[in-house]
Amino acid sequence: MVASALISFTDWSLLSSPHWVGLDNYRQLIRDPVFYVSLRNTLYFGVGSVLLGVVTSFLIAILLNQNVRGLAFFRTVFYLPSVVAGIATALLWVNILHPDFGLINYLLGLIGIQGPGWLASEAWAIPALILMSVWGAGNTIVIYLAGLQGIPTTLYEAATIDGAGWWRRFWHVTVPMMSPVIFFNLITGFIASLQAYVLVLVMTNGGPANATLLFGLYIYRQAFEYFNMGYAAALSWILFVVIIAVIGAQFWLARRWVYYESR
Amino acid sequence: MATTGAALSRTGRPMDIHTVRKLQRAFVYVLLAAGTVIFILPFLWMLTTSLKTSRGVLTFPPQFFPTSFEWPNYPEGWSALPFNRFLLNTLLVTTLAVVGNLISCTLPAYAFARLRARGRPIMFAAMLATMAIPAEVTLVPQFILFTELHMVNTYWPLFLPAWFGYAYFIFLLRQFFMTIPRELDEAARIDGAGDLRILWSIILPLSKPAIAAVTVFAFIGNWNNLIAPLIYLRSQEKYTLALGLKLFQGQFITQYNQMMAVSIITLLPIVVLFFIAQKAFVRGITLTGMGGR
Repeated sequence: MVASALISFTDWSLLSSPHWVGLDNYRQLIRDPVFYVSLRNTLYFGVGSVLLGVVTSFLIAILLNQNVRGLAFFRTVFYLPSVVAGIATALLWVNILHPDFGLINYLLGLIGIQGPGWLASEAWAIPALILMSVWGAGNTIVIYLAGLQGIPTTLYEAATIDGAGWWRRFWHVTVPMMSPVIFFNLITGFIASLQAYVLVLVMTNGGPANATLLFGLYIYRQAFEYFNMGYAAALSWILFVVIIAVIGAQFWLARRWVYYESR
Repeated sequence: MATTGAALSRTGRPMDIHTVRKLQRAFVYVLLAAGTVIFILPFLWMLTTSLKTSRGVLTFPPQFFPTSFEWPNYPEGWSALPFNRFLLNTLLVTTLAVVGNLISCTLPAYAFARLRARGRPIMFAAMLATMAIPAEVTLVPQFILFTELHMVNTYWPLFLPAWFGYAYFIFLLRQFFMTIPRELDEAARIDGAGDLRILWSIILPLSKPAIAAVTVFAFIGNWNNLIAPLIYLRSQEKYTLALGLKLFQGQFITQYNQMMAVSIITLLPIVVLFFIAQKAFVRGITLTGMGGR
């Protein structure tokens, strides 16, 4: 970490020896329009995928916690996308999202909707990535599933006796009792989505027109395509500060809504 | 979470409670079936690809259903490289790493959830900050460290880090430990139990679902880990499955169908493990003893 902090003050290109350039990298960064584009894309992707992921996975976990036949099978199936390695999944999604031959637009066509270009469209590329990330959220589902087991059944019984319906039991028992777990998924989800770059590297390489240029990919590009190690290190430090700020803000907010049985 | 008849009968429609239950159950099955179709796609894709001829793989637009079933892809792919050996190596490394993760993460998680110490919030924050550092950044210093320790081309670099804690798991376990009522430990403490005893006899039995989740994640992470074996292992007889697959990909680039066949075989142990581990996700009867809270 110390080394990368030092590198961020140099103009190192791997080939030549680094020169000390002081704050030049950070000054350049403030004037770099692509920096802001990638930051905006990352926040859009991060907020979208985390919020949608946290809610959808929660509902799926509840669904997978019902007392039905074949539960072990259903749980395993819902976890499968998280087991299959990343690159194979990425290629599969490029096929599914293909504007002309893809499965999604084929299905949309059946009900008379002209599907968007998805990864080929500036407006729809990030939503497509968000959709994909939710589908691969098996770990989040498993963590919720584990959390649901810790809620004492007596709380539901008491709530039912008090006349609480499905919704009120969900909102006043399940959600508060699960808040430490929801909180965990929010924090780790944000960290993962802010650092994400491998999937976009494989699927879109940042295109079209930088619409999916995530911050992590921009760092990767500066470091391993343009060999601006100093600038890449400066970008990494900005990312680190952003992540720390997001974590800090969430911990501060958590005091208002996270309930710990053993505080 | 099942709605009882009471909720619906309040709307004024007197409905037979059994009909309501049946409708609910049907609704749950419809949702589960729809989800299954969506979530099983990547696996089906791998399966059909593994059964295609090497020519059939390349057709565009891709076919979701194979026109023939080339089962020999499986034995041929598996014997193209010493995958049996790779399987044993992977089992060894993964087991050592998972055990390491479980031990080295439950102890600090207990400390962060229960023990009072000066500076605990700062230590906790520092631990979380390590999650914000991309793994790529620590790769080089770690490689230098293991070179100095003369551990390159051994299994040590693959499982030793797991014995030194992992922020994600510590944070996860800590969140679960925090949901266990403190009264339980206090009762045990009055009976003369120490911290290790409380962790072992109270906290861990109540955290079985969380332990199961961590075991699954640790297993998958180590099983599929490509970067560490790629960097540290030199001789082919020490390769793991993930590295073997990578080698396969490089040597037999056109045999995409066989590669998918081998991938599916390497995935099976994970699927089996998950199938077993998910049994831990049943509502514990343990906490109902705390009635009246």
